[in-house]
Amino acid sequence: MSDVVHGRLRALLGSAGVERDQAGLPRAIPDSADALSLVCRLAHEEGWKIRVEGHGTWLPADAPADLAVSTRALDQVVSVSPADLVATVQAGTPLEALRRRLADEGMWLALDPPGRPERSLGSVIATATSGPLRHGFGPVRDHVLGCTVATGDGRLVTTGGRVVKNVAGYDLTKLQVGGFGGFGIVAEAHIRLRALPRADITLIARGPRDALTLAARDVASAELVPAALELLSPALAAEADWVLAVRFLGTDAAVQGDVRRLAPVGNLAWQPLPADRTAAFWGLVARGSQGGPITLRLGVLGDGVDDTIDLLAHDLDEGLLSAGPGAGMIRWTGDATVERLRAVRRAAAAREIPMTLERAPWAVRRALGHFGAYREGVGQLVGRLRDTFDPGQCLQVALEAAAE
Amino acid sequence: MSPALIEELGRIVGPRWVRHRRAELKTYAMDGLPTRESYPGVVVIPASSSEVREVVRLLHLAGAPFVARGAGTGLSGGAVADPETVLIALTRMNRILHVDPVRRRAVVQPGVVNARLSEAVAPLGLHYVPDPSSQAACTVGGNVAENAGGPHCLKYGVTTNHIVQLEVVLPDGSTVELGSPHGEPWGPDLVGLFVGSEGMFGIVTAITVRLEPVPASVRTLLADFPTVRAASEAVSSVIATGIVPAAMEMMDRACVAAVEASIYAAGYPTDAAAVLLVELDGQPDAVEAESETVRAILCERGARSVRSASSAADRARLWQGRKKAFGAMGRIAPDLAVQDAVVPRSALPDIMDRIAEIRDRHGLSISNVFHAGDGNLHPNISFDRGDPDLVHRVHVACHEIMAVCVAAGGSITGEHGVGSDKLDYMPWIFSPETLAAMRAVRRVFDPAERANPGKVVPVHACREWRAARGAQ
Ligand SMILES: Cc1cc2nc3c(=O)[nH]c(=O)nc-3n(C[C@H](O)[C@H](O)[C@H](O)COP(=O)(O)OP(=O)(O)OC[C@H]3O[C@@H](n4cnc5c(N)ncnc54)[C@H](O)[C@@H]3O)c2cc1C
Ligand SMILES: Cc1cc2nc3c(=O)[nH]c(=O)nc-3n(C[C@H](O)[C@H](O)[C@H](O)COP(=O)(O)OP(=O)(O)OC[C@H]3O[C@@H](n4cnc5c(N)ncnc54)[C@H](O)[C@@H]3O)c2cc1C
Repeated sequence: MSDVVHGRLRALLGSAGVERDQAGLPRAIPDSADALSLVCRLAHEEGWKIRVEGHGTWLPADAPADLAVSTRALDQVVSVSPADLVATVQAGTPLEALRRRLADEGMWLALDPPGRPERSLGSVIATATSGPLRHGFGPVRDHVLGCTVATGDGRLVTTGGRVVKNVAGYDLTKLQVGGFGGFGIVAEAHIRLRALPRADITLIARGPRDALTLAARDVASAELVPAALELLSPALAAEADWVLAVRFLGTDAAVQGDVRRLAPVGNLAWQPLPADRTAAFWGLVARGSQGGPITLRLGVLGDGVDDTIDLLAHDLDEGLLSAGPGAGMIRWTGDATVERLRAVRRAAAAREIPMTLERAPWAVRRALGHFGAYREGVGQLVGRLRDTFDPGQCLQVALEAAAE
Repeated sequence: MSPALIEELGRIVGPRWVRHRRAELKTYAMDGLPTRESYPGVVVIPASSSEVREVVRLLHLAGAPFVARGAGTGLSGGAVADPETVLIALTRMNRILHVDPVRRRAVVQPGVVNARLSEAVAPLGLHYVPDPSSQAACTVGGNVAENAGGPHCLKYGVTTNHIVQLEVVLPDGSTVELGSPHGEPWGPDLVGLFVGSEGMFGIVTAITVRLEPVPASVRTLLADFPTVRAASEAVSSVIATGIVPAAMEMMDRACVAAVEASIYAAGYPTDAAAVLLVELDGQPDAVEAESETVRAILCERGARSVRSASSAADRARLWQGRKKAFGAMGRIAPDLAVQDAVVPRSALPDIMDRIAEIRDRHGLSISNVFHAGDGNLHPNISFDRGDPDLVHRVHVACHEIMAVCVAAGGSITGEHGVGSDKLDYMPWIFSPETLAAMRAVRRVFDPAERANPGKVVPVHACREWRAARGAQ
């Protein structure tokens, strides 16, 4: 079977467009949206299962599939328009390469998702993983103006556009952001840029968790506009105590003013990080989620943060945890059994808190699903949406929990 | 409309909330788009989510199409229904159900008028940010359906960025809760998908919105320019500094003249080729510094004068002129073709020249008032419906303007939606494959295509697309 698949892919893409992964599974490496759609169409016609990979840095090879599709060769920054604050970028472009390219033009993408610097833009979109900057710049969906997607049966659909304001037709982009690849494979995206901020200052305070969560709420309700407001567990911050970090980005006047106003807030000893340590500090936070095989995110606002951390600490462990009390998100990384994760999800749901499984080995993803169960009636909609975008069920993505 | 159906609707909402006599239907025969008039078969005005549910359930069983309607201020013909269709007006559902100042959330019924929400939470130091110019009349439900924007969306985003949860009655009468109060979606982002679906996925019966603190300090600058081009270039220069003004709005000479001749006269200089309204907000020290930078750029780019609003009343007056500009234009001619297109910001100066050229070639009167910071244009053409030759020229000019915007990499609508007005333009920017995908998504929510039939997606232009499960 694997040889047949490999042969057909080679006929389609040429020998440079196919390889085998460590386990011998054929891996297609299309270098254009059209080639990507051909691969999907072939798989659809043959009834083959596809494992979607960005840079394939993490999906364990145990996901049952007949072929892998990597966006690795879709790595071009197609265009950058500083005057319009928009760039068009292929999905396999590593974030770090994109960052450098944009910086050359005085621009940046205000996203700092966890994971390694080489992770692909497409994986960030597909998993909707934002980082601490979500506080000031919004979740991933706010940064994606449109995209080109190959559906599971190989149709190319373009959503949104290249302009910052657009209500032409239904907003299908929203389905792709955070769809975990279940509604198609993103080939290219139009992203919203910002001018590189002149000033970038991070201040941190250390202390017991409850004092810091209270202070975080004070910061959130004070008249400050931090770019990030993040509470970090001792293990994640590599410190003895909990850390509350506040980052200000913008013009000098705005940042200086905010730093001054922060001083009395929360009754904490705020300590500014030296400029040369800022990048390293936030890099540590981003890489922290590699400290275990499983990452979860929970949607929870300021006043629920403490309770939810208690819940995680009780059912799992305090582990590698970060919380954005203003942005409404907690991210936890560690290791746990499916049963425990299921219990956490149930307890969270009872508090109206959605829990998304961001990353985990296939067995865990399969058992729990990225989203698990939905609210009443929503599951049917999601099922029909998946059926629309992947009628042959070729895309091997576990959005829902497998039947227990 | 069958008398039996009318009677059954009356049983659900009470007979006085069912309108079917022609005189009663007139109010509902048009929305803000003057060129499309059509009387609905019957209008039903439910008072609660459960009444909406019952009405929709009844229509589902009867196989009857329906159209939801808020205030009817839409500018793309979206809330207009034909005689076979039931119009469901949400205006009685106008209660603010819950305000949570700590979490900065409010839950509202769909018929709540946009401006009233901000007024209600003002004592808490909060406001609801999206501020369409029609905010004194339009409803939050209509805003959700259109993904409405407004002047302050430059900095704070459009409706979709401020909605976290929706209660929706699907066309089969079932109810689903989309999203979560925190903002993190519950599963795929169906709230994001729903916002902007123009009433074709179901009826929104409760909306959880984000509230934001009222900025500590606001500075409003009024700059006047000798040419539209200079003003457009100034917009790009401001953006390039990295400063994000809360709003950046432009009005050309024709627009200023209309405003100044109306009761909304704001003191704009009538001899300027264009005026630019720039608002900065935030902390006083930052606003102070940023306004100085912006002022310097505006002058450098050729502004003849830049003045700052001297008081809250002065600021309100400057904004009133802008927000009532459509109304003011409406007074200078019997009819007004309001246009809505988006171009990449950098294309603004050239596009403005092209629009002027199209105007002159067809001998038309166009007033421009628009969200310059977003590149969202409203070149509005004044005309008289009674003059068929003029109507024809207006029609051709609208097409030409849209074509120019699309060719520049833009979009056919930035905030008013497609409705029935812009169906023909959809294939200009979307492939048959993409249009078919949109239709298929609509059928996921509404397999029989009974909710707001015939809008947004030009069905004839769709490529054959496998119908969704359950659609058959
Ligand atoms: C056990 C384990 C160990 C890990 N260790 C590491 C590590 O050592 N190094 C590391 O970098 N990361 C690691 N991670 C995860 C890491 O933080 C990121 O998930 C990873 O960097 C993602 O980047 P990628 O481009 O490789 O995407 P992938 O991991 O290939 O893909 C991420 C997800 O996005 C989907 N996807 C990707 N691209 C697209 C697209 N274009 N369209 C639609 N869907 C798409 C995939 O289907 C997948 O669900 C680990 C995760 C686990 C579970
Ligand atoms: C003078 C003027 C200025 C304007 N300025 C702006 C502006 O600055 N920015 C902007 O974005 N728009 C603007 N508009 C357009 C219009 O006000 C907006 O589109 C507004 O969102 C429509 O709200 P409404 O309550 O009037 O909706 P309606 O016109 O009644 O309906 C609009 C659409 O929403 C659907 N709908 C209504 N309620 C519901 C519901 N509860 N559930 C599902 N679908 C529903 C309808 O079916 C229809 O398709 C302006 C209009 C005018 C007349």
